[in-house]
Amino acid sequence: MTSTWLSPRAGPAAGSAAPKWRALAPSRFGAIGLAELAPLLVLVGLCVALGLLNPSFFSFRNLVWGVANSAAIPLILAMGATFIILMGSIDLSIEGALSVGTMIVALLCANDSNANNFGWWGPLLALIACTALGLANGLVHVVLRIPSFMATLGVWFVGLGIGTVALGGSEIRVLDRTIRSIAFERVLAFPLAVWIAAAMFFFALFLERKTRFGRYIYAIGGGEDIAALSGVPVKRTRILAFALAGFFNGVAAVLAAAQLGQANTTIANGRLFMTVTAVVVGGTSLSGGWGGIANSLIGVLIVAVLANGMVLLGISPYVHETVQGLMIIAAVALSVRRGRSLIVK
Amino acid sequence: MLELDKISKSFGAVRALRDVSLEVRPHEVVGLIGENGAGKSTLMRILSGSMRPDAGAILIDGRQVVLRDPKRANEYGIAMVFQEQSLLLNMSVAENIFLAQEKPFMRLGAIDRRRMIEAARACLAKVGLDVDPAMKAGELDFAARQMVELAKALALEDRTDAPLTILFDEPTSILEAKDVAMLFERMRALKSRASFIFVSHRLEEVLEISDRVYVMKDGEVVAERLAAGVSAPDLHAMMVGREVKGEYYREARQSPPRADVVLEARGLSVAGAFRDVSFALRRGEVLGVAGVIGSGREELTRTLFGFLPQTSGTLLIDGRETVLKTPTQAVAAGIGYIPRERRIEGLVTDISIAANVTLARLDLAMRHGFIDHKREKSIAEYWINRLRIKTPSAAQLCRNLSGGNQQKVVLARWMAARSHILILDHPTRGLDVGAKEEVYDLIRDLSAAGAAIVLTSDTLEETIGLCHTILVMRDGAVTARFDAPARAKPKQVALLEHMV
Repeated sequence: MTSTWLSPRAGPAAGSAAPKWRALAPSRFGAIGLAELAPLLVLVGLCVALGLLNPSFFSFRNLVWGVANSAAIPLILAMGATFIILMGSIDLSIEGALSVGTMIVALLCANDSNANNFGWWGPLLALIACTALGLANGLVHVVLRIPSFMATLGVWFVGLGIGTVALGGSEIRVLDRTIRSIAFERVLAFPLAVWIAAAMFFFALFLERKTRFGRYIYAIGGGEDIAALSGVPVKRTRILAFALAGFFNGVAAVLAAAQLGQANTTIANGRLFMTVTAVVVGGTSLSGGWGGIANSLIGVLIVAVLANGMVLLGISPYVHETVQGLMIIAAVALSVRRGRSLIVK
Repeated sequence: MLELDKISKSFGAVRALRDVSLEVRPHEVVGLIGENGAGKSTLMRILSGSMRPDAGAILIDGRQVVLRDPKRANEYGIAMVFQEQSLLLNMSVAENIFLAQEKPFMRLGAIDRRRMIEAARACLAKVGLDVDPAMKAGELDFAARQMVELAKALALEDRTDAPLTILFDEPTSILEAKDVAMLFERMRALKSRASFIFVSHRLEEVLEISDRVYVMKDGEVVAERLAAGVSAPDLHAMMVGREVKGEYYREARQSPPRADVVLEARGLSVAGAFRDVSFALRRGEVLGVAGVIGSGREELTRTLFGFLPQTSGTLLIDGRETVLKTPTQAVAAGIGYIPRERRIEGLVTDISIAANVTLARLDLAMRHGFIDHKREKSIAEYWINRLRIKTPSAAQLCRNLSGGNQQKVVLARWMAARSHILILDHPTRGLDVGAKEEVYDLIRDLSAAGAAIVLTSDTLEETIGLCHTILVMRDGAVTARFDAPARAKPKQVALLEHMV
């Protein structure tokens, strides 16, 4: 059985050797092909089913505003979360970062609460603040050796606290029209927000596929000790990943402020759960190493299409939450690989 | 070219290495042997840069160097192929080979994947492995993964001018005989490019592949020999500091089995794995199952513990017909299973010895429906004494025990559960000579006490030495049955004839 793999000449072996290796490899790896396609099949199936139940699902207007526009913020959040989850960690601070980010945007631009009118300085500072929060996540996690679960849980509430205090418990309306235009300006029929989300997606995809950073994220998720022994800068990569996730959170915060036209203490509610659901439903393993940015795009679309479909079918939003909860459990149950424990590092 | 001069290393009060000096010459395979705890692993860790010595010097081509971390060791031409394989199974072969070495492939801040795959192909060609570098490492079998690791080590050639030394830590422990032969063939071919340090428990293999052999004992090098002028028993004697007794497998202690049959198979079959297997296992009997990979013997062992339900035939336990669908049923029927992958299947290494011992039958340690820790402790201590488990206390975590003692804890669990049928699935795999002998003694003790044992083993010699009866399997069927009484053991050739 081994006489062939040590053939004297090297050459492309995919054609002849691949099926043979399949046979030798443990069966749990044999199923990857279908498992990887499953999220896409679910998405297609959902779309077809919704199209049949309510033909207006496929109307251009619904696809642009009902699906693409409402998927923009979740997609940007999912980009950051994907890198973190690929490492086998988790970032719970999403909602804290969002509340700080939207608060900064709202307080610095023309608003109904103070006399500020700093225009684009608001979004810029929001990006910097959220990236800093992400960096704080990474530093607390790596330097103090606190599990990411705990570190980011702390930062979540720190962020939420800052946001609540700054807003004084009330809501602040964004009056700056240029900032609000991020959400509603249309370019080639799509709102600017969708284009921003698409740009973030390709940025993340580039990082994942083409850079050493992306490579090291997978290495850490696949086996942190092994990665360290090979010379992968594990700590630096981890800190960088959390800072990057913070940056994505910041972009999402600016968009959220623009879309809703206000900042309040509940603006971020439910975003964390939706993000993690999208990433996991897309097929990224909670234990790290498997999945990726493209998976998360599919996952976000599944969540968005499902939400849109329930609105179209007139189903109560409370049922929607229940369905999302069931979905994440099903997705995790299906994605358990290699018998590894799923305890989040 | 690579020289260690009086290297010492202590962990707390324990001196792991004491003035160890050794030398690796160009184009040479150096064997390094010693029992568990002799200091081999510590030495390897120091050489691979993951640990620093307390004293002593490392010289390369006469110049003293400091191997601060694995990366630095790589720069000095030292690469390690790890015992617990160090490939990332979620990444491609090419990505694994160049992990943390992506710099030469960067173009405009992006990794040029095509060039990396081409370079990986060239590396794989050096070790003669014909697989697609874009394939995920997890899709390869163990032997191929090891070749990828070797390719990864050889990839150093392009990055350093230093002579290459490749450290091999127990590379053969999980390979089949055929793959070992292939590995050795490769190593010989690669001697023109690199030197090797080869660490193994298997003395015959060390002698076969090495030019020179260093023997370590208790943290010191006790002997250095040319492989050509020394035999395995000689090495063994140096390693353990005592002669191998004529009857390594404790044949003299082989007691005849009792009359009563406890486990009987009649035409037992699992579709696609084995068919029509019949045997009657008596109390006190050790039944060996011999056969090559694919003969069905591994599946048979798993069926007997309920991992792989039978598809036809009958299984009688204590005379009662039983169908084992899950390991839980097997445990309830009095069967214990000692798996080959202790850490994976046999032992929860992060909990105490006591908790492991009572794992299968926690009810024995319960009172009024709650765990009685005093009772649990006394059960564990009883077995620690009985099986001579070396540990400061029953509360010790199993991860801190040596391989042999971990194996004893697994045994203790089944003994505590009053299992009277034991399935030993390669029980000595990965153990050093001393620990193996303890396991042999234990098997004799168990058999004398009336336990019925089904054994599969890595070597025919061990099977023949330990068993009363041997079933030989080929292509899923039993091809021969041998009696192996203490004074009239069958010859290996006789068994082999029915295996292939």
